Parts: sequence; structure tokens; C-alpha cells
Amino acid sequence: MLDLALANLLSPIVLSFALGLFAALVRSDLTVPEAAAKALSIYLLFAIGFKGGVSVSDHGIDGLLALSLLTGVILSALLPLIAFALIRVMSGLSTLDAAAVAGHYGSISIVTFVAATSVLQGAGITSEGFMVAVAAAMEAPAILSALWLVSRGEKSGRMDADLWREILFNGSIVLLLGSFAIGWITGDEGLDKISAFIVAPFQGVLCLFLLDMGLIAGRGLRSGAGLSAGLFGFGVLMPVIGSMIGLGAGVLIGLSTGGVLLLMVLSASASYIAVPAAMRVALPEANPSIYLTLSLGVTFPFNLTLGIPLYLWAAQLVTGG
Amino acid sequence: MDTHKAKRVEIIIEAVMASRLTNALEKAGVRGYSMLPVLGGTGRSGTWSRAGQVGRGEGMVQVVCLIRPERLDGLLDAAFSVVEKHIGVVSITDCEVLRAERF
Repeated sequence: MLDLALANLLSPIVLSFALGLFAALVRSDLTVPEAAAKALSIYLLFAIGFKGGVSVSDHGIDGLLALSLLTGVILSALLPLIAFALIRVMSGLSTLDAAAVAGHYGSISIVTFVAATSVLQGAGITSEGFMVAVAAAMEAPAILSALWLVSRGEKSGRMDADLWREILFNGSIVLLLGSFAIGWITGDEGLDKISAFIVAPFQGVLCLFLLDMGLIAGRGLRSGAGLSAGLFGFGVLMPVIGSMIGLGAGVLIGLSTGGVLLLMVLSASASYIAVPAAMRVALPEANPSIYLTLSLGVTFPFNLTLGIPLYLWAAQLVTGG
Repeated sequence: MDTHKAKRVEIIIEAVMASRLTNALEKAGVRGYSMLPVLGGTGRSGTWSRAGQVGRGEGMVQVVCLIRPERLDGLLDAAFSVVEKHIGVVSITDCEVLRAERF
């Protein structure tokens, strides 16, 4: 376990994240331009989706794919209910703010997912290629759960047709599922043609992206320095609880060790792209600095540094992989 | 050269609300507007920067429109229905334009 944690902490991706975090905390002028950050994220989403599709074309599809998708949707819908109860107990946030935070913890962080696939690759552990599709399926249900939690009180969220369209067809989901489909259709032959672009440079691009994530997380921590101990504790405890639920679900449906780890990471991570945008439209009165600081400044660094090795250790222990 | 009195309305609003705002303005009869990126800033809701952002949840944009003074109330009613509960600033200044028929 300690070896795993140390190897993860000293990997180029985690050290790049730490560099960004340090630069932001000492108020360095180091920045990644918005357009460059978006280009890096497009590359990562395309590469991870494409490789997942190729893996499915190699191994074919079976009932496990449908079962995993269904499990992902159920987890995404249920995790906010647990997060809501926990954050109310630990911090006493209002119903509105607690529901907005809870929505983030049912949805997923695709960068944490990408970092976990990178750790699996380094450890020589394979996983089901379709987990990329599970990641996409887990983006939206949590938003509905958060709005349901709010509607039980005096207020209600604003949910219109435009917001539905924006959630279901947001750029990350379209790109992830689109590249997954391209990889599935073209298979190994397609991968051979573009592997020099999407395989070899992948780790380097991920390092640069995590440098940017470190900068964003550091800025969030600086501005959210007043986060209460209860909220901070929630940001660390909730991913561990989520991962344990993901572990149980993954083992129950028969995923491989790598697949179980990825489901744990998806259940443990909190969204910082799709859900914040949806919450700003649907619940504008909720305080964005709370959910963004928790998601980006606490849970994301925890998962990246300590969470992933801890989850991998637990997944290997339970599955015997 | 002849100039004509007009109102310049500047609305800084969250990027996620931009299309909803411009749709409301168009429905209220606004014939034209410009949308500008906002690099960063600070205010009641905290400090933020456009640098490095990959999502739309935190970004802000500025919508600028020039209109005839008699159409100002309709525009403000439409804008307020969208921006009421959101982070942002609405400001109005007097200005002059060269070609009044365009506004």
C-alpha cells in the first residue's frame, strides 16, 4: 500500500499537479491560457474515448456493458443522496448549498478517471474499455438528484429544455462518446493510423493538463481558505465512502480489478465541468465558491495523490487481482 | 456631422447564461449586440480568472448593445428576467451614434 502511494506521489502527473498547486499558492504568474487548456482537454477526451472504443472492438460487447452502464446511472443518482445527508451533518450547510454540493459528488471528474487509467497502465493492469462510456453515463443523473433534493424544500431548481440539451450534449460527453464510437468502428487498424498522436504523447499532455488543474485548484484553495473543518472533512470523507460503494457495486456485477478501480474512482470523484455549469443555471442562488472549492481544491487533489493508490490497494485486496 | 442620442447597455453575466440573455434580448426586439470575453475580475461573489478554465461554470461574458432611448425599458425588462438571480452587473450610459436608423 505504501509503495503504491509513494510510486503514485512521485509520478510525473502528480508532481506536475503539485507544481501547479505550488505556483498558485505562491502567487506565481504561471498560467495556462484558456484556449490551450481547452485544447489539452479535447486531446485527452478524444484519446481516452478512442482507446476505450478500440478495446471494446477487440473484446466485443456482452451483458456486462449494459449492466455497468445501469450501475453507473444508479450510482450517479444515489451518491448525491448520501453526500447530501453527510454534508448536512458535517457542516450544517443550507438545503440549497448542500444539494448543489451533493450533485457534484454524484457526477464524475474525467481527469481523475484519466489519471486512474494511467496508473493502471503503469501497473500493467487491464480494465474494461467500456468504462469510458460508464463515465459519460454518470455525468447527468446526479444533477437530477440534486434538483430533487432542492424541490423537497421551499425552493425549486430551474430546469428547462435548453438546460436538458446542454447537460445531455455538453462538449465533454459528445467528444468522449463520439471518439469512443470512432475507436469502436475503426478498431486496431484505426489505432495504428493515429497511435503516434494519441498514444505516445498522452502522458506528456496529461502532465501539462494536470499542471493547469494544479493552478486552478491552488487558486480555489486560496480563495476558499475560509472553508470550515466540517466542509474540508466532507471533501475527504465523501470520496472514500463513494469509492467503497463503487467497490461493492463493481465486485457485485463482476468487473475486473481494473474495472472495479475505475468504478471506484468514478464514484469517488466530483465534477468540476458539467455540474458547476448546470448548477449555475438551475440553482443560481447556491454559492459556487463552496462546491468549486470542495470539488477542485479538496477532493480532486485527495483523489489524485492518496485516493487512487488507496482505491487500487482496496480493489486488489477484494478482487485478488 | 449629425449625431443621435442613444443608450449603451453593458451586461456582464455568467457565460452559461449568455445564450439565454441574447435570446431574451432578441425577443424584446433588440436588433444587434456584441459579446465580449471577460478576462477575470472580482466582486461580491469572489475573484475569478479566465486563465486555465476548461468548463463554462465559472466564465463571464459581456453583452453590449446600443439602442434608442425609447426602447430602453423593454430591453431592461427582458434582461432583468434573465439576470435577476445571477452573478453579474448591468449598467447604462448615454452615448451618441452616427446612424440612428441602425438602432
